[in-house]
Amino acid sequence: MLEFGIRIPRYWRGKPFRYRLEGFRCEECGEFHFSPRLVCRKCGGKRLRRDKLSERGRLICYTVVKSASPSFEAYTPYIVGLIQTEDGTMIVGQLTDCDPEELHEGMDVEATIRRLQTDGESRLIAYGYKFRPAIQRP
Amino acid sequence: MKKVLIAGYGLTKVEEHWDRSLENLMAESSLKALEYAGLSRVDAVYVANVYGEVLQEQAVLGSVLAEELGMSGVQAYRIEAGAASGIAAVKMAANAIQSGEANVVLVTGVEKLSDGTAEEHLALTAMEEREEYTGQMGVHQAASAALLYRLYLSRYGARQDGIAQFAVISHENAVGVSHAQYPFKVGLDTVMKSPYLSEPLHRLEATAVADGSAAIILCSEDFAAKLDPPKARLAACSLATDYVTPFDREDPLHFQALARATHSALEMAGVSREQIGFLELHDSFSIVAALSLESSGFFPRGKAGEAALAGKLSLNGELPINTFGGLKARGHPVGATAIYQLAEAYLQLTHQAGKNQLDNAKHAMVQSLAGLGCAAAVCILEEA
Repeated sequence: MLEFGIRIPRYWRGKPFRYRLEGFRCEECGEFHFSPRLVCRKCGGKRLRRDKLSERGRLICYTVVKSASPSFEAYTPYIVGLIQTEDGTMIVGQLTDCDPEELHEGMDVEATIRRLQTDGESRLIAYGYKFRPAIQRP
Repeated sequence: MKKVLIAGYGLTKVEEHWDRSLENLMAESSLKALEYAGLSRVDAVYVANVYGEVLQEQAVLGSVLAEELGMSGVQAYRIEAGAASGIAAVKMAANAIQSGEANVVLVTGVEKLSDGTAEEHLALTAMEEREEYTGQMGVHQAASAALLYRLYLSRYGARQDGIAQFAVISHENAVGVSHAQYPFKVGLDTVMKSPYLSEPLHRLEATAVADGSAAIILCSEDFAAKLDPPKARLAACSLATDYVTPFDREDPLHFQALARATHSALEMAGVSREQIGFLELHDSFSIVAALSLESSGFFPRGKAGEAALAGKLSLNGELPINTFGGLKARGHPVGATAIYQLAEAYLQLTHQAGKNQLDNAKHAMVQSLAGLGCAAAVCILEEA
């Protein structure tokens, strides 16, 4: 059986989105793509520019993952949520710095960077965004 | 368009076949299908399989199966479209017959998940999502299905037991089915009290690790005349795609690919939804069965659970589903699943369904999904 885990170049390429919520937005119709695209998936437009999602959003719904793939099994249980960012984009990601009881649908959340997994014999650490309850600002 | 007929089938029991290989399983179902149809050769072989490269580290499954069958030399291919691979392979096979290139073909689906662990199984299902996005976030298919489930319950104010009832129906229908993985009843209470896989999705609302292989023989009308077994006609076969991540779609609770494939299959077969006698649904998760029924236009949005609880989807109901246990209870050996579904529909239409035989079903619809609807494939079978 082939091993699951982090392939370093592939992991490296995904950093802009995973670290900074940076992707590509279509100049024609505004569709956001998490990875570099040559063509907009929605309108077929070919002019896409680098863009960053808002780091603040609203929690639409969430679930607690009780069993996970080998790469994530050590972190169970963990919370996974569907978030609508302030610019209206829906994204999924883990929730952190809170217990499930502290969460409710519709609450404000913000992106932060955290360890996602530690992989393989070399203990390579993969970082990426997670959302946490928004710290109330005056 | 030239007619395409199903003239044979072969199934292995779905279970964890620790002592048998992927190669051995696909050879068994294929040989059964060939023997059933009275054939020793075919013009082409199509293998539907998803995880062979990862779990068995084996590619070239077309050549492997041809060799196992003593048929080396024949043209053979392996087709992959996630859990919809079976219908994708049937579509390629039907195309070969309709183009006139082949008169008779073997389509074999196979998967052997027990070569991996339960955790690896979760990683495998994540391959039907965007690995670079949800995969690297630890959001596997069951977690995404749980989020869809939450959205569904909150949007429609639907009762959860209505959705969980889909698991109960599948288990009821699997009783006494010799090829089923779990041929026993499971009560609604048991489903609802099983541990959460990912809340609100219970363990018993999902499928489990399964091995199995199913094969069917497809042929042209002229060729079918030379074969003894009863036939069913493949009246339509259609496949459509959608964005891979459901939450990227305009409405995550609507499987647009399935809506498209259903519409085009009905048009191709020239039948209406009312003429469909029964449905073989893709119940990889209970919520996916509900979303499928609604997306394909058989029930209004938010109402599938009510139909399930009211008995409308049971064997004696107005629109029976999963007449041999569906993915949940017959089992879900991914690449083979849709071929099991088609073989079961064939058994119904040729009156070989035993105690599960439906009266007066003239048309069957088989639905298959890759992941959570990134591809949807629909076949319509009719009495020949």
